[in-house]
Amino acid sequence: MKRTLRIIAGILIVGAIAFWAATGANRGWTKTRVPKKIMDEAAGLEGIQWQEKFVPGVDFLGAALLGAGVLTGLSFLSRAKSNNPPTETKQ
Amino acid sequence: MKTKLTLLAFMAVTGAALAAPQTFDFKDPKGINNAGFKLDAPLEAINGSASGISGTVTFDLENPGATKGKIIVATTSLMLPNPMQKQHMLSDKWLDATKFPEITFESKEFKNVQTAGDTTTADVTGTFTLKGVSKEITVPVKLTYLKDKLGQRVPNQKGDLLVIRASFTIKRSDFNIMPGQFEDKVSDIIELTLSIAGASPK
Repeated sequence: MKRTLRIIAGILIVGAIAFWAATGANRGWTKTRVPKKIMDEAAGLEGIQWQEKFVPGVDFLGAALLGAGVLTGLSFLSRAKSNNPPTETKQ
Repeated sequence: MKTKLTLLAFMAVTGAALAAPQTFDFKDPKGINNAGFKLDAPLEAINGSASGISGTVTFDLENPGATKGKIIVATTSLMLPNPMQKQHMLSDKWLDATKFPEITFESKEFKNVQTAGDTTTADVTGTFTLKGVSKEITVPVKLTYLKDKLGQRVPNQKGDLLVIRASFTIKRSDFNIMPGQFEDKVSDIIELTLSIAGASPK
């Protein structure tokens, strides 16, 4: 149990960093929409349209770090499996 | 003689019609008209735009200095990439979009007017109203008159376009938007960029 929790915590951290880096390593807050430039040829104007897109930010990394910390903390609270056979007490 | 008089009268009427100021409507169903805003604070940069633009401008190519108009931006159309930031921005603490649903600029006077071909540049003094606070500001603008170009923007419609471009800055503290607070994250200086086209159908 202890080991499993620590492995999950590790996967969470590595996975979150990999996802954050793969989506552009945004150092701002998490975005759920991004601006896309559109061109109006007739007027020669550049407009902006917003598109729904999830771009994780530093708050996403913080949440992953917190989650991993909680899992690691729980791993310390869980009991380790004993490898020694139970000893019998003689009376 | 009668024919000559009729011809002269026709020419006078046509000439007056051609020289008459045109009214351009800035409501854009395509949503390309936009006002951008940028706040560059030491700890955080905020970039957004607004698309809910309307208003009218009366423009006369023969006398661009007499241009008059009002541009309105719907406060709720202000967009930011982060939904929580947008919620905060529109809340009663910041822009109070429920109580103040419009941001407006109404021109009063054009100065330093220079026209070259279809393009006019000028310094426009007018009243900028944000969060219920009105302040007189002067904004450098560039107006481009595009004759018979409306059909390219809106199919099956004849008319002209007027493109307005402007970049200027305001201070949020001047408009009672949390003055002196959170300036490390939300800059006091707001950079505004306006890129809009109005239509005058024939």
